[in-house]
Amino acid sequence: MARVLEVSGLRKHFGGIKAVDGVSFHVEEGEILGLIGPNGCGKSTTFNCILGQLAPTDGEVRLDGRVVTGMRPSELNRLGVSRTFQLLQVFPQLSVRENLILAGQEHKGTMLSRLLGPRDAGLTAAADRMIGFFKMSHLAGEKAGGLSYGQQKLLDAAMAFMAGPRLVLLDEPAGGVNLTMLGDLKDRLQAMNREQGATFVVIEHNMDFVMSLCTRVVVMAEGRVLAEGRPEEVRRNPAVIDAYLGH
Amino acid sequence: MTRSLAAWLAGIAGAAALVLLPLALNRYGIYILSLWAVMTIAAIGLNLTLGYAGQISLAQGAFVGIGAYAVAILTTSGFPFVVGLAAALAVSFAVGWLLGYPALRVQHHYLAFVTLAFSTLAYLVFRNEEWLTKGIYGIVGVPRPSVLGIATAKPLPFYYLCLGALAVVSFAVWWLVRSPWGRAFVALRENPVRALSLGVDTRRYTLMAFAIGSALGGVAGAFYAPLVEFVDPTPFTLALSLNLLMMVIVGGAGFFLGPFLGALIAVLLPEWLRFMEGWYLIAYAVFVMVLLVISPTGILGILDRHLTARRTRAASQARAAAKPVLNSEAA
Ligand SMILES: Nc1ncnc2c1ncn2[C@@H]1O[C@H](COP(=O)(O)OP(=O)(O)OP(=O)(O)O)[C@@H](O)[C@H]1O
Ligand SMILES: [Mg+2]
Repeated sequence: MARVLEVSGLRKHFGGIKAVDGVSFHVEEGEILGLIGPNGCGKSTTFNCILGQLAPTDGEVRLDGRVVTGMRPSELNRLGVSRTFQLLQVFPQLSVRENLILAGQEHKGTMLSRLLGPRDAGLTAAADRMIGFFKMSHLAGEKAGGLSYGQQKLLDAAMAFMAGPRLVLLDEPAGGVNLTMLGDLKDRLQAMNREQGATFVVIEHNMDFVMSLCTRVVVMAEGRVLAEGRPEEVRRNPAVIDAYLGH
Repeated sequence: MTRSLAAWLAGIAGAAALVLLPLALNRYGIYILSLWAVMTIAAIGLNLTLGYAGQISLAQGAFVGIGAYAVAILTTSGFPFVVGLAAALAVSFAVGWLLGYPALRVQHHYLAFVTLAFSTLAYLVFRNEEWLTKGIYGIVGVPRPSVLGIATAKPLPFYYLCLGALAVVSFAVWWLVRSPWGRAFVALRENPVRALSLGVDTRRYTLMAFAIGSALGGVAGAFYAPLVEFVDPTPFTLALSLNLLMMVIVGGAGFFLGPFLGALIAVLLPEWLRFMEGWYLIAYAVFVMVLLVISPTGILGILDRHLTARRTRAASQARAAAKPVLNSEAA
């Protein structure tokens, strides 16, 4: 299988803090990879370095074999990599529908066509389909800022899917989402994975969610990769139990 | 539908009033109304940069100056007004674009300081570069243009010229803020990091927000010069930038109609409060402070909150009516 993403020797130091300290892993096309580990072990920082939000101290990130270290987030996004953040990141003053249109508009046409073309960039139907999938149709016209935390969390995930990405990095998508919606979110991820061959990397503390969703799991501790393997293998790994699951 | 119909009717009534009102006004009244149209154009530009894209600028007055000097210099050298207008637009667009670069690195009050420094710099250029601007003596006798063979030297036709410019600018900006660009500007204001991760080229949109907003400052200046027929550095101090900032904030930053209202208050209030003489500035300051305590989002912010509250009430009533069973359970 082709390697969509390859991270090698990634380091990110904040002064004396070695947040990420030599992390290497790869993501294969079409898999759902879990990235787990205790609080503060460097998972989010790893995402930020992969996606250009932070410049890594050292190391290399490859997308389809091509080095993309240091590329700007907007360029990476237009190459088909999207993400969600750990903290909520929606546009509170825009409606739910407008949030989703925004998430797709920069992937179509040119600056000029976005100025002179239709105001929804031809995306209203696609946005409404996405809204329907997340069972938010009654909220389509509401300002995102007025939604509940869990609803905003779902909108956040929906935005990451809007442009039909091939690789999505999700930072704790399940936090604050109720059980039914969590099931829906899992279905959505699996459906996109099956139907569009989209690849996912998911950071999550909810073990049931990770174990039932992911095909492979990478465990981090103190800025390094501690273990890697199928969910059930990882679950039994004594080092992992000691560092993380045992707590 | 009824809401947009009401908006259309209000728009048509407003436009009709702007066309008919000056017929009942004296020379000075028409001058004030022309000044309002010109200042509104500049405030619309600042509203784009500040209200929509969230980039603070204390330099809009400097761009009005750049536009005014471009037209004054070129038309007094024999070029037609349109050449001056095009130059005002182009120069202020380019300089605005350059002024956007600091905004890529610094935000908020740091950006305010950078633009403030630029404002001061521009004033010094207007005052000291005598070979170009005639310094403190100013450029006298800026001509009013003829449009399609109609001379606009008299107050009334010149007012209609300003009003026409305002109409064109309003339409262009209305189109812009409703386009995907407008959405990207708002995203830039609300959450640049998220916008970037969704493929929004925040650098380019930031520079565009500055360039277009500044260009409209230049356009305002291009009409200001023939309006007052005399251009010297004094109107283009930091005070003008602050005044334009007030117009945007008082009217309601980020609302399309905010600058129209803000400029109306800023231009008319001194006239209405003339009887207060020196006290008028204090009255204006108190008004602004009270307004911002009541509504930090300006006058249109109050209206917006009122309308939103009414819509939410209507929506929840509709939901309650649709689900009587659920309601009785809850009760
Ligand atoms: N901008 C920063 N400046 C300084 N230190 C930082 C910064 N960002 C993260 N860190 C530190 O780096 C370490 C790793 O943080 P990170 O957010 O990557 O952890 P995490 O694995 O995502 O944790 P959690 O599960 O709690 O989200 C922490 O010690 C954190 O304090
Ligand atoms: Mg984290």
